[in-house]
Amino acid sequence: MLSRNFISGRISFLDKVLSLDYFLIFLILLLGIISFFAMYSTESGNFSYYTKSHIYRFSVFFLLFILLSFFKIQFWKKNSYIFYTFVLSLLICVYFFGVTSSGSKRWINLFIFNLQPSELMKISLIVFLARYYSKRPTHTVSKFTSLLIPLIALIIPVFLVLNQPDLGTALLIAIGGLIVIWLAGVKIKYFMFSIVTLVCSLPLVIAFLKPYQKLRILTFLNPERDPLGAGYQIIQSKIAIGSGGFFGKGFLQGSQSYLDYLPEKHTDFIFTLFSEEFGFIGSVLLLVIYILIIYKIISIGNSSKDNFAKLFCFGFAASFFVYVTVNMMMVLGLLPIVGAPLPVMSYGGSSMLSIMIGFAIVMSSKITKS
Amino acid sequence: MLNISEPFQNKAKLISRRMFVLSAIQMSVFTIIVLRLFYLQISENLKYRSLSDRNRLREWKTVPRRGIIRDYFGTQIADNTQVFQLHMIPEDVKNLENVFFKLSRIIDFNDAKRKSLIKRIKKRKAWEPVIVSDNLTWPEFSRLNLFLHEIEGVKPVVSMARKYLNDGSSPHILGYVADTSVKDLKDNEFLREINVPGLKTGKNGLEKSLNNMIIGKPGLQRFEVNAYGKRIKELKFIEGKPGKDFKTTLDYEVQKFSTEQLKDRSGAVCVMDIYTGDIISLVSVPTYDPNKFVLGITNKEWQELITDSKKPLINKSIAGLYPPGSTIKPIVALSALENDIVNTKFAVECRGSIEKYGQIYHCWKEKGHGYMNLRSAIKQSCDVYFYEVARRLGIDRLAETCKKFGLGEKVLENFFEEKKGVVPNTEWKLKNIGKNWFIGETLISGIGQGYFQSTPLQLCLMISQLANGGHKIKPRIIDDKYAVQSTINAWRDEFVSRANNSNSTNTTLPKLYDNKENIKFALDALYGATNEPRGTSYRSRLTKPEYVYAGKTGTSQVRTISQEERELKLKTHDIEYQKRDHSLFVAFAPYKKPRYGISVVIEHGGAGSAVAAPIAKKIIKKVLDRHKLRSKYQLDLYQDI
Repeated sequence: MLSRNFISGRISFLDKVLSLDYFLIFLILLLGIISFFAMYSTESGNFSYYTKSHIYRFSVFFLLFILLSFFKIQFWKKNSYIFYTFVLSLLICVYFFGVTSSGSKRWINLFIFNLQPSELMKISLIVFLARYYSKRPTHTVSKFTSLLIPLIALIIPVFLVLNQPDLGTALLIAIGGLIVIWLAGVKIKYFMFSIVTLVCSLPLVIAFLKPYQKLRILTFLNPERDPLGAGYQIIQSKIAIGSGGFFGKGFLQGSQSYLDYLPEKHTDFIFTLFSEEFGFIGSVLLLVIYILIIYKIISIGNSSKDNFAKLFCFGFAASFFVYVTVNMMMVLGLLPIVGAPLPVMSYGGSSMLSIMIGFAIVMSSKITKS
Repeated sequence: MLNISEPFQNKAKLISRRMFVLSAIQMSVFTIIVLRLFYLQISENLKYRSLSDRNRLREWKTVPRRGIIRDYFGTQIADNTQVFQLHMIPEDVKNLENVFFKLSRIIDFNDAKRKSLIKRIKKRKAWEPVIVSDNLTWPEFSRLNLFLHEIEGVKPVVSMARKYLNDGSSPHILGYVADTSVKDLKDNEFLREINVPGLKTGKNGLEKSLNNMIIGKPGLQRFEVNAYGKRIKELKFIEGKPGKDFKTTLDYEVQKFSTEQLKDRSGAVCVMDIYTGDIISLVSVPTYDPNKFVLGITNKEWQELITDSKKPLINKSIAGLYPPGSTIKPIVALSALENDIVNTKFAVECRGSIEKYGQIYHCWKEKGHGYMNLRSAIKQSCDVYFYEVARRLGIDRLAETCKKFGLGEKVLENFFEEKKGVVPNTEWKLKNIGKNWFIGETLISGIGQGYFQSTPLQLCLMISQLANGGHKIKPRIIDDKYAVQSTINAWRDEFVSRANNSNSTNTTLPKLYDNKENIKFALDALYGATNEPRGTSYRSRLTKPEYVYAGKTGTSQVRTISQEERELKLKTHDIEYQKRDHSLFVAFAPYKKPRYGISVVIEHGGAGSAVAAPIAKKIIKKVLDRHKLRSKYQLDLYQDI
């Protein structure tokens, strides 16, 4: 009875299955399949570790997404604080028992795989804030007391992640949270004030940045200042994308990638590889898929009558947009290099898990409303 | 219920409104991304494609085989030999010091080599191979191959290096090759085009003048390399073209023989075919070993070479300048005859000296020669007689004849080290010294002293052009059968007309005389100088009919002899080396049927008759002995001449 209550609710299971958004599922699957090919190409056409592991993870998390989609939206709403608290405690665990790799402590060793809670925090913060604002009347949200809790909920994980150190993820978490706060109706002047304050405190912030982070910003401003050192990644990435041309060099023909000129091609620079091999046309098509996914999520949010669902969908859509664009702009040399994976395409289990949970919540709001 | 849902309705509207704003921002950001993609992939595609290719493609040029230089008989005087080298690609080496240490255990790799290698590595791109050692012994090479797996980034290479026959007989005329320097590249556009690491370039002599043809064309290997510089696959291979081989007119045996004759002296020998201008021998002593330059000469050896007072590095046969001395007298006589200044009967009494314009001019023979006519004056080399002839002739007319016979201008082409020498005249003096000509200077010019400067090769050309009957020839070192054919044909015609005793001068050979009899007279006088008693080179004559030659000695002063010294009657070996006279001799042989011209110059050797003539005699004999063999190698065309 309990499970029936949660899973199917008032409407029948069949109805639920029928009311799934198949176009969104199709888009996600399509993206997944594209990512398999991209991953296969990163290994120069060898079907080995990264490709296998990526396919395996995508399959598992995709099934999880479908499964979670049948949960009622009320389930997420009810458990949102628990979810947030759970992920936050994982982040605290990282602080104490985290696994260190290449200079930063981001992971918890779960024996099967290493979990990166900061990625999960991206989604759980949105859930938390959507839940927080869903019941608050508009005129109260800008009050100091009602701003306090969201800000604390945002600042604690951001600082924990910054401390790992992982500037990219911290920024993405913060931006995602701020978008929800803004959507909830907090007065625009507050944002203006904070932006002014931020700009004023920028010198102070720079003073606290780690040397390698300062270097990244300098490198962004002028990649040629150290072409073999800090500027190497961005220069090589631009060469790869630029040399792709209109039609690209062809599948498995991306010389920049198979000759190892491209750094981190599995993760942050997967778009570079894709763009080199499939050219302008391929890149724009990939971009269109992402736009369609975002559009789908927004339209689901639009037709949802529940404020939690609406806020979450919009918040998630906006965050998803930020993830995609930050990654693309980064590899295109429009933003400094901060670690930011491209959703679904990049190799990385935690990121994939987080995105799939997001899709699941969106899907369950679709099902619930019908 | 209504109260509660009202704000919620409003809230939903607010959220949607704000989402709309966000969507607008999203669309503009997506537009920016698309524009950026368009800019990189379409507008700037060409730039990034070439950058990507520059990443991806790496070219290695292979050093071409240098052409071989042979003598007239096929002896390879400049050849290539296999050498074992060790190359290193710096970017493949993680720890240089570690590799150096390992190398020092296996091959001869000392601290000096280490330093110079580090210097070279810094100058080059990290993926360009540098040569660690260019001449390993076989045991070193095999040991190296054995331990190769322990040393990263190094590659043993079997390569080619220049190899000269190292008896030191021909380094000057051949020149040598050495590493291409920055200056070489600056001066030679062709070299810039084909430059390859490890390419050797000709530094002087034939190696330099033939450089662009003999060097060949480097091959090319194009590889695709990964980010770590590792070659992934070969995309293109163009085989290089070996350099052109050259056959010279030199006779290596004569080269060797001449060098031996001049052992421990300083000087030069030139031997030439008087008809074709083929240079049979061009020797300069002291010599050096050109092979040392190929693999990099040590600083100590280099210092020894450049500080040697006998200047072994200079090719004295074309770059040594000497006053021609009495060797010029046949030309002075010819000039006077041609200009109708004197006839052969013209007589002057020599009393050992003559006073002219308030200055005493000495003859070499203190007691004087007595009454001299033109023939006996050449034969006995009477200075007083030629003072008078020169005085009457005048410097400008003399200079004209000298220039006709090849003095004062370069004999060969493309030998940057060759000197022009000086044939003085009034104009020259005004231009170069800024003073008017003194009549007294004409007098000493008449015996080839004063401002006169000539190279041994010029003297050889002078006597050859006299000996061949007064025709201009173009000396050559590189044997080119086709180019010489027209010359031979012209000579053939000339001989036919000579045999018919016809005076018709329809020959195409440029003539250097007006009256054939004047040339004949000069040659006859030279016969006297060598083969008649009291001739200056009588003691060095060859008596066997087939060897009989005619020649003129010369002793050129390198300083003014003071009156006191004259009275002391110093012998050559009593005088300080640097102040001793140069000893010269020019000759042609055989006298009856002349074929070869020769000049010998011994720096600070003393009198021409005492030093240069006896050496020339031996060389003439050698050359004539080799004539039969040489004619076997010549075209049928030659046989008539």
